[in-house]
Amino acid sequence: MNVTTHRRCQLTIIAEYVLEEKLIVLARGLGAHGYTVHEVRGGSFSADGERRREGAGETDRTIEMKVISERAVAEQIAQQVLDQFGGNFSVRVLLAEVEVFRPGMY
Amino acid sequence: MPIDPLVLTFALGVAARLARSDLRFPEPVYEALSIYLLLAIGLKGGVELSHQPLSHVALPALFAVFAGFALPFILFPALRHVVGLTRTDASSVAAHYGSVSVVTFAIATAYLQQRGIPAESFMPVLLALMEAPGIIAGVILARSGGTAGAPVFREVAANKGIVLLAGGIVIGWIIGSEGYAPLKPLFGDLFRGLLALYLLELGLVVGGRFADLRRAGMRLVTFAVITPLVMGATGVGLGSWLLGLSAGGAVLFGVLLASASYIAAPAAMRMAVPEANPALGISAALAVTFPFNVFINIPLLVLLGGML
Repeated sequence: MNVTTHRRCQLTIIAEYVLEEKLIVLARGLGAHGYTVHEVRGGSFSADGERRREGAGETDRTIEMKVISERAVAEQIAQQVLDQFGGNFSVRVLLAEVEVFRPGMY
Repeated sequence: MPIDPLVLTFALGVAARLARSDLRFPEPVYEALSIYLLLAIGLKGGVELSHQPLSHVALPALFAVFAGFALPFILFPALRHVVGLTRTDASSVAAHYGSVSVVTFAIATAYLQQRGIPAESFMPVLLALMEAPGIIAGVILARSGGTAGAPVFREVAANKGIVLLAGGIVIGWIIGSEGYAPLKPLFGDLFRGLLALYLLELGLVVGGRFADLRRAGMRLVTFAVITPLVMGATGVGLGSWLLGLSAGGAVLFGVLLASASYIAAPAAMRMAVPEANPALGISAALAVTFPFNVFINIPLLVLLGGML
């Protein structure tokens, strides 16, 4: 089978639950065509002990948001997310190249 | 008097967490339980409200809003100068204590019912009214006397706790006892059982928060014990003498002043004052004040209410 694929960037943002709406508005404003979001658990290890974000109760929930787009759009979103929220919120941003089948959707 | 099963399920959750048990509630179950509890409290309050003229509620309602708004301004200097927090941290913690805890209110109501102590039926209205003012006051404090912007106010007002409580009250008020009858098996009869389940989960959350207290420091822990003690007693006194509430109503008003929010306030303050350390308010409210109220302060306030 010979399938044509196209290169795009997948931006993954792991962030505090309270940021979800802001991230969606930001991604849309910068030209993303869509996104997926789901809740995750995780933690970090620092000198003063382990810090878990477990999604326990209401207070410690974490989301992972994925946006697939042209690289320029993904980079712009990443930069804005870090500028606006990186200082005061728990945020991780990753960028990876992916292959998509229908380029018009991204 | 037997020990309240609600308290025991909460204690079980805490113990399970401290023992590193693998007991965990799926997120959707927790979410569904909290929606159920908020709506059930709102509905019941609304139905009771439909039996009496709204004018009876006006004075307590106005005072509740005022008290919720004033509380952070009263607590702020202590947080700033005695506990030693920064301006933003002190504002954030003050907002948690200005707002209220729905579950503490539900436990206090169940505690009174178990002992046959009646309370005014409009108390859930005061609960709904006291969710937001403290948070808005906290934002104002953080912005050094400026005003809370529209987006913050919208986030506070659209918080699910307020939507469900206030929405439930309006629905209950419209449908009255007759309309409520078919809903009662779910929202009335099952309430205590589902509250017990919710408290089991809350115990697990609280057990996981104890580690944060070490970082919060002894001064904040002391604040989180003294504040509900003083504010609770003040609330019982004001409820009884100023508002003319019954002993049960005065106790519930005391509980409203004594409790601290760990659902609405953390989310709202996180967005409104992102520079504040979010762990301080949640840890103090959830890991100290909530269990202190459940195990010690509510029985104390009931004793005090009986004496006035």
